[in-house]
Amino acid sequence: MHDSPVAAQLVTAVREFLEQTALPRLEGHAAFHARVAVNALAIVERELALGPAQDAAERERLRALLGGDGSLAELNRELCRRLRGGELSLGTPGLAEHLRETTLARLAVDQPRYSGYRRALERKEADS
Amino acid sequence: MDEAGDGFQGALDLFLRQALGAALVGARRLSGGASQETWAVDAEQEGLSRAWILRRRPGGATDAATVAIPLETEAELLRLAREARVPVPAVQRVLAAEDGLGSGYLMERLEGETIPRRILRDDAYAAARPALARECGRILARIHAIARESLPPLPLAPAEAQWRQYRSVYDGFDRPRPVFELAFRWIQDRLADGSPSDAGSAVLVHGDFRHGNLLVGGEGVRGVLDWELAHLGDPHEDLGWICVNSWRFGNIDLPVGGFGTREDLFAGYREAGGAPVDAERVRFWEVMGSLKWGVMCMMMCDVFERGADRSVERAAIGRRASEAEIDLLALLAPQE
Repeated sequence: MHDSPVAAQLVTAVREFLEQTALPRLEGHAAFHARVAVNALAIVERELALGPAQDAAERERLRALLGGDGSLAELNRELCRRLRGGELSLGTPGLAEHLRETTLARLAVDQPRYSGYRRALERKEADS
Repeated sequence: MDEAGDGFQGALDLFLRQALGAALVGARRLSGGASQETWAVDAEQEGLSRAWILRRRPGGATDAATVAIPLETEAELLRLAREARVPVPAVQRVLAAEDGLGSGYLMERLEGETIPRRILRDDAYAAARPALARECGRILARIHAIARESLPPLPLAPAEAQWRQYRSVYDGFDRPRPVFELAFRWIQDRLADGSPSDAGSAVLVHGDFRHGNLLVGGEGVRGVLDWELAHLGDPHEDLGWICVNSWRFGNIDLPVGGFGTREDLFAGYREAGGAPVDAERVRFWEVMGSLKWGVMCMMMCDVFERGADRSVERAAIGRRASEAEIDLLALLAPQE
């Protein structure tokens, strides 16, 4: 068990330093790369916060969809094998929903402002 | 950034004097990888200031790892495109071996904007924006109409060849992504549906017709740049690629580059004599385009992981593969 501040708190502190202190003093290429770095750290923060629950939910869905068990990586490999062979397709009950949930979870971490993500979220909320 | 390490400036000055009677004022490296360079060249010719762009491969040879066409071919395509009234920079001179600069060519440096967010949001382009999609359609029709027999040798890359190429790159990573798997299968099931796969019906395809490669001014498109991915293929490819959501930069409801509608794009295409557009086939190529972009993100992540480029930018772009996944799902399994 590691002490406080935990990893997420340290990453947030570094991101805030970059954003508020370092970035305003940079220009040109260095400023551009610092902005990219701020975005990368924000991804890390979201992954630390959301990742564990997302992974657990994805694994649960995969077990139900595939009727078997394994690690997340093994289950995804098996899903890919069946999609490639045409054994599973968009006609398979639950498949589209699973892919949508999994992809929404990824974008919530990777790029929550992406237009395609915002649109998919709106559609999902309108459905429910 | 200004050093090329092989007596470049001296060789360039000598070349400009001998070939064009011009004197080098300065050369600034703009971009490019290890094998290919782009330089902004300022020179003085007959008392006038000249602004040029030099594209060159110092070693002369084409990088085997890329699918980019030789620069001499690129220069020839620019010449043909200009003849076909496609807005492109005029080629001044193609490099010869004795110029000592590698392979490449010198062209005029056009003024204009390539940064998508400025083109889509700045007032300077407000008047041009509503007409851009139609103009893109007209330009693509002209590119696709360039006579086959006039073209230099180019790779033939119909849908099936590209599917194979990207399938093999993706398989090489051994990183299973179910949405990409679904898209590969979806494309495979439709490969036979009307793509010109034989050499006879394929046309000149630009191959990367989208933001970043379109130089825009207040009145519209001033230059179609970056012809290195040009090939022979299905004309619908260019029409689908510019509709990929990643190039809409937030304007999701304006599918053509975030500035226009498919209707306008297709209308412009017909207006300039293009063949009837098969909207389903354009959608097919949009799916292919999103999938290709997703695999490219994986490629950039791979370059980072192998240590070839340790920049944060290269690392972060790997995380954009998921944007291709959400776009593919919207295309393949749309919600009501």
